[in-house]
Amino acid sequence: MSTTADADAGHATGGAGRFVGQSVKRREDPRLLTGRGNYVGDVLLPGTVHAAFLRSDVARGRIVSIDTTAARALPGVRAVYTAADLNPGAGPLWTTTSGPDEAAPPDRPLAEGDVKFVGDLLAIVVADNRYLAEDGCDLIEVDIEALPAVVGPGAVDAADLVHPELGTNVAYTMTEAPDPELDEILASAAHVLTRTFKMARNTNVPMEGRGLLASWDPYARTMTVYPSSQSPHEIKAFTSRLLALPQHQVHVLMADVGGGFGQKMYMTRDEACVLLASYRLGKPVKWIEDRRENLIAANQARADAMTVTMALDEEGHILATKCHLMEELGTYPLPGTNGTAMLSAMMSSGPYKMGKFAMTAVAYYTNTCPKAPFRGPWAIETIAREQMMDVAARELGLDPLELRLRNVVRQEDLPYTLPSGLAYDIVSAHETLEQVTNELGWEAFRGRQREAREQGRYLGVGLGLCIEPSAVAFGLLASEQATIRMDISGKVLVLMGTGSHGHSLETTIPQVVADHLGCSFDDVIFSQGDTDATPYGAGTGGSRSAVIAGGAATVAAGRLKEKLLPLAAHLLEAASEDIEVADSKAFVRGTPSRSVSFSELATTAYADPFALPPGVEAGLSADARYAPPGPFTWSNACHLCVCQVDIETGSVALERYLVSEDCGVMINPMVVEGQIAGGVVQGIGNVLYEEMAYDGAGNPLATTFLDYLVPTTTEVPTIECFHIETPSNALGGYKGMGEGGAIASPPAVANAIADALAPLGVSITDFPLGPSQLRALIRQAQASAPA
Amino acid sequence: MDEQTLRLNVNGEVRRVTVEPRVTLADALRDECGLTGTHLACEHGVCGACTVLLDGEAVRSCLVFAVQAEGAAITTIEGLSPSDGSLSPVQQAFRDCHGLQCGFCTPGFVVSMTALLREQPNPSDEELRVGLSGNLCRCTGYQGILGAARQVIEAGGAG
Repeated sequence: MSTTADADAGHATGGAGRFVGQSVKRREDPRLLTGRGNYVGDVLLPGTVHAAFLRSDVARGRIVSIDTTAARALPGVRAVYTAADLNPGAGPLWTTTSGPDEAAPPDRPLAEGDVKFVGDLLAIVVADNRYLAEDGCDLIEVDIEALPAVVGPGAVDAADLVHPELGTNVAYTMTEAPDPELDEILASAAHVLTRTFKMARNTNVPMEGRGLLASWDPYARTMTVYPSSQSPHEIKAFTSRLLALPQHQVHVLMADVGGGFGQKMYMTRDEACVLLASYRLGKPVKWIEDRRENLIAANQARADAMTVTMALDEEGHILATKCHLMEELGTYPLPGTNGTAMLSAMMSSGPYKMGKFAMTAVAYYTNTCPKAPFRGPWAIETIAREQMMDVAARELGLDPLELRLRNVVRQEDLPYTLPSGLAYDIVSAHETLEQVTNELGWEAFRGRQREAREQGRYLGVGLGLCIEPSAVAFGLLASEQATIRMDISGKVLVLMGTGSHGHSLETTIPQVVADHLGCSFDDVIFSQGDTDATPYGAGTGGSRSAVIAGGAATVAAGRLKEKLLPLAAHLLEAASEDIEVADSKAFVRGTPSRSVSFSELATTAYADPFALPPGVEAGLSADARYAPPGPFTWSNACHLCVCQVDIETGSVALERYLVSEDCGVMINPMVVEGQIAGGVVQGIGNVLYEEMAYDGAGNPLATTFLDYLVPTTTEVPTIECFHIETPSNALGGYKGMGEGGAIASPPAVANAIADALAPLGVSITDFPLGPSQLRALIRQAQASAPA
Repeated sequence: MDEQTLRLNVNGEVRRVTVEPRVTLADALRDECGLTGTHLACEHGVCGACTVLLDGEAVRSCLVFAVQAEGAAITTIEGLSPSDGSLSPVQQAFRDCHGLQCGFCTPGFVVSMTALLREQPNPSDEELRVGLSGNLCRCTGYQGILGAARQVIEAGGAG
């Protein structure tokens, strides 16, 4: 089937181009739908041996002894390594993003001397197959002297230390200079409210866990790495540092990847051990983690709490806000220790005119699984702020919509400078708020809600507004590169250092290139994942690909077109400025019959260099590195959730879910809506179902999918998407939007529940809001209600 | 453990495999038969990524030992399309409705939906949701997957 024919003109929005703006069906799909995807678990190299880890079942303790004798003697076991074998000589584990100077806890591939969380690595067993490797793990005798675990926010003042070398469990503190003006507002405002909002600890749960196949060839002196990653070039850089190899002796070949959501942006100690094992053995070593490992040890997130103090005047205008973030980092946070607070502080004022603003933060280590990015790592700022808006509205006797309308940033406020000093240039917070509330029929809903309450049914509506700092353009993340080659037949290959793993770049980048080069979509192929073939890139994450990768592809396609024009002009005996391109042909403007195909141009460029005009070089390729105009490309969205709470059972039914999204020009609306839906359902899970709980001894209590409850088809509402399109200043007018779905949905759901239960006097502040938690809150409210 | 030699009837072909009795059907399909479209995402029977058909019935191949599958007709994701580049109605509907992103859960979903809609060609919305609730997806929020099922139902079945 022709893929061009798949372009669904019915979805066209804005008409940015022939292919851009169309819901072109995905190139990725046919192979993935028929079982022909190629994930790391599917890669087969001759002589591969398989690794399994022995992990600590003690959160904090001293390693007294590890006896591997029996494991080593098991037939089929090829190696058993402990810290004494692998740690000496191993290079540093820092990420390229954080660099060597970032404050970081002392780290090591395998636990040495002590263990620091349940799941910490004690030994790696390499055997002929995974079954035997696990048998080997079972035969290792370990003696650990357990010590009291450091868990929860009490870690800040605890005498017991996660990393004794640091002398404290506090990883960092963020302070604000004294601000007497702000203090004066807080002392004198008509309304001053303080609440603390807590998120449940969550984990990303990509359906494919982590995995790595490492193959060291001691004679070619090349480490070939097949990862499950979001960033193949980061794997290359990390491997180079770990093994003290020059980067050109590390070759990463990343194929299909089964999700990441931030968990696979960076390498972990586990993957380092697999690399070290292959390096020692001189053989391919494959490690595919199981779900228990993924749940307890593959990085977690969201264990944040934010205290918000908000001052408002009589009419509900916000005068000042103060936030304090408490962030739990676990043992070995990635990348470095201070990601969340910095972005949260920049973003906490959100889409509102907040007046005076200040934020402080404390982050602390605990004996739990490390923290790493998860779709919108700074989401607590929106989640706390949006819940606080509803708390304030109720306190003032205003509808939460009305309070937002009184404070939201409008077009006439733009450009709007945030308290953090950043400025919104092109956003549409007010428009998205109006769009979803109009689509719902806000006032009519309030009527239905009143009637339902009279019948004993508790309906609620909640809003979540967010401004997403997409395409974070700092340091390594600031730019991407595209290399475009037209081959001798006129077909086009686009090579990029991205790490698309569900993001549809195989489809969307060719849409962009086809438009800017003037060829058909079918003529463009996109390739990523091979670090020897692709230019350096920071990978896919941070909602950066549409803006930064899309921008690089645009510039490179334009440069290639600029090479085609003089060549075509020469062959057509016309002036360059009179040449146009379309449908993989160059023609003289106004005379389409005087044309030459890209195929003919390419054949000439490669095979007939002496026929080229003076100054035109042989071959057809172009390269461009692009950085967007600002540190962030702001996108925004408003989410609206309608729910019904059964006050007898505490269960929540989500009846409607509406999203108004502004991500500028949409390259592929189908892909945009897929990203929204995926993020929203992760946010719903975040509020209602998912909790990676730890007990007081540091034991993880969710180690299977029976305990860690990911939403299924029976829990999700139909997600209705609407769009506002304000083009950004980045090339193409694109804005990133991969994370906003997961950022704005938790407060929309929580606010809907709080709205439903407001007549009972229930106060909602902590996630998760499962039936048992809601029943307890309802009972508590009923007990304290006046008789 | 002593290995056993089995005859597995997979996608219409008989394969002789020699495995320990503890080897799961999923691992035998992937490692012995080279059918890597069957994915493992939990290995404890919750996520459905490893779903295959055993005599037409959807089962989780992580919870079946290979030795238990001898004598049954096994259909994996690779057996649902004709290998000529065309897609089954369920697969086509997944593509039309953007029912997949990373694709890892997808083979299990396609097999489950095929079995569900063959058995129950016209389910209610609730029956459809319950029928697909044994498969987990983390990318799509299930919107495109439910859309795909509705398209198959409206077009007259899973084939």
